[in-house]
Amino acid sequence: MISTPNKELSQDHARDVFRAMLRGRVLETKLSNLYKAGKIVGGVYLGKGQEAVSASLGACLKWGEDVFAPLIRDQAGRTAFGEDFLDATRTYLGSAKGPMRGRDGNIHRGRPADGLLAMISHLGAAVAQVGGVLMAKRIKGELDGCVGATCIGDGATSTGAFHEGLNFIAVERLPMVVIIADNQFAYSTPNEKQYACDDLIDRAKGYGLEGHSVDGTDMLACASVIGNAVAKARNGDGPQLVVAKLLRLGGHGEHDDGSYVPTEIRESRYGRDCIEVGKQQLIDKGWLTEEEYSEWMLEINAEAQEAVAVAQREDAPNPYEEDWSAIASPSIKGL
Amino acid sequence: MAVTYIDAIRDAQEKALAENPKVFLYGQDIGKFGGAFKATKGLQEQWPDRVLDAPISEDAMIGMAVGAAIEGMRPIVEMQFADFSSVAFNQIVNQAATHYYRTGIPVPIVVRMPSGGTPGSGPFHSQSMECIYAHYPGTVVVTPATVADAYSMLLQSVDLDDPVIYCEHKFLYRWLKSDDYKGDDLPIGKARITRSGKHATVVTYSAMVHEAVRAAEMLYKEGGWEIEVVDLRSVKPLDIDTVVASVARTGRILALGEAFPWGGVTAEVVSRVCAEGFHLLDAPPMRLNAKDTPVPYHPKLWAMHRPTPESICESLRNLLAY
Repeated sequence: MISTPNKELSQDHARDVFRAMLRGRVLETKLSNLYKAGKIVGGVYLGKGQEAVSASLGACLKWGEDVFAPLIRDQAGRTAFGEDFLDATRTYLGSAKGPMRGRDGNIHRGRPADGLLAMISHLGAAVAQVGGVLMAKRIKGELDGCVGATCIGDGATSTGAFHEGLNFIAVERLPMVVIIADNQFAYSTPNEKQYACDDLIDRAKGYGLEGHSVDGTDMLACASVIGNAVAKARNGDGPQLVVAKLLRLGGHGEHDDGSYVPTEIRESRYGRDCIEVGKQQLIDKGWLTEEEYSEWMLEINAEAQEAVAVAQREDAPNPYEEDWSAIASPSIKGL
Repeated sequence: MAVTYIDAIRDAQEKALAENPKVFLYGQDIGKFGGAFKATKGLQEQWPDRVLDAPISEDAMIGMAVGAAIEGMRPIVEMQFADFSSVAFNQIVNQAATHYYRTGIPVPIVVRMPSGGTPGSGPFHSQSMECIYAHYPGTVVVTPATVADAYSMLLQSVDLDDPVIYCEHKFLYRWLKSDDYKGDDLPIGKARITRSGKHATVVTYSAMVHEAVRAAEMLYKEGGWEIEVVDLRSVKPLDIDTVVASVARTGRILALGEAFPWGGVTAEVVSRVCAEGFHLLDAPPMRLNAKDTPVPYHPKLWAMHRPTPESICESLRNLLAY
């Protein structure tokens, strides 16, 4: 069942979501161009087509209070949550001043002390990790009003970690939202080789989670359904599973042209661009004008350009100044 | 009243829970049931909010502990058997062990691993996993062989800021007794000379320390041979200075372990001794490990699979005769 937009969605919140979507798209377009110009070492993974889902989640989370484990297509959600553009550009461009200091790259970044977890590449691993942060808050008596969230794709639902993680958060009835962006392809593998149930939302019942389906290309629907799921988790209704149906509007990464995606899927409803949909939705409601949109684009472009320029001016990490230790304990460091 | 090795583990956890509100325990059947080996007996009654039962989900258990540690807690996770930690391998080596290096935020978790063979336990309840986890940067791997070490090293492990793989040997649980937990309180990273000698050095850890001491006694009675036994205590960090100093006295080394023979702690010890103390050696360094098969079920097969005082003596005779 596809949920419909909630009439109670506020104008301010819808605009926040859309602006975060734009910020994600603009920054990622810059990163893509830098990659194609050979300025980025390693992969570049974009969230093009998934911004409505990602930003709708991030916009409901509070930096420094909630916990969010984004995956590889969550630039918009990171931005909406509160991550600075500089964290992205510094990590992609290898500045020593970035949060990962050159020790990890691209989307493998975060600020765990502020609730933004730094993903590893192993899919599904973050579900239990977010649950663990929430368990710690529960033990400390600080869980009330907090929510944890993570995003994964259709492919990650096939992992053991996803199963163990979902079962664990359900057993503990944690205030958590897991969003599956079902973009129909895991790298090149189509859904029919990934899962055999009719719809991934069927799994919610099996795990004992409340399930919500949404058209991931419909911005207002995403803002409403995901906002509702976050509110329910925050209010003590237990863990929530959202399955957003959409299409990845690109390859797996910028090294991949995604030519294996059939034309008929590209031309389907889910092949539409959520940013175009969202812009029209806001204009139709009178919540945004073309002039405002143009101003936003100018501002965001300038902000992204500046973040790139700053990171490009900064020094790379110096291997001769590294301590080359992975040990935190002072008593055994260097042994 | 005598205390056992398993008492030490239980009582160290009780002390950690009592003294540090950041400590909590997580594992399968550890609550009201008290754990498969009763290492948490009675603890949930005292701390119902900090002794938590887990589903049979080793991956999620470690993932949960990593998240909780990021949030400032100091979880102790009980793997029901070390063997099952293979299910949690990804969370241990990729999530927990890399986190501090990548982000600067430490992950102080202790993973208790009931390790090693006992008669009749078979291939999947007998493994020694220490070298698997020691291989990865960012881990600490401890292997206590005495009651006092089981106690003090568990408390020290909780205080470390890194993921600690605490390998507790099931064979020692109830067999090994002591009057109390008083010991020398050596820090993690320091080996101990368990028995001093001058003719050859046996470097070992965990339950094999006791087998090595038995072998040393047999050889002393047999021919007056004085065998030095070094207990590594922690296989990572590895106290190579104590090992090389011992080799400097004896000129001969046998690296002994219960784990499988390919690679592992004994290979690491021998390679480091060769690299750092080649000139001290009067004989080629030797290794003695379990056989290169899964750990067999039948007690007669099991007894031959692992090193025994007899097989250790045999190796030492060859070493001494060189």
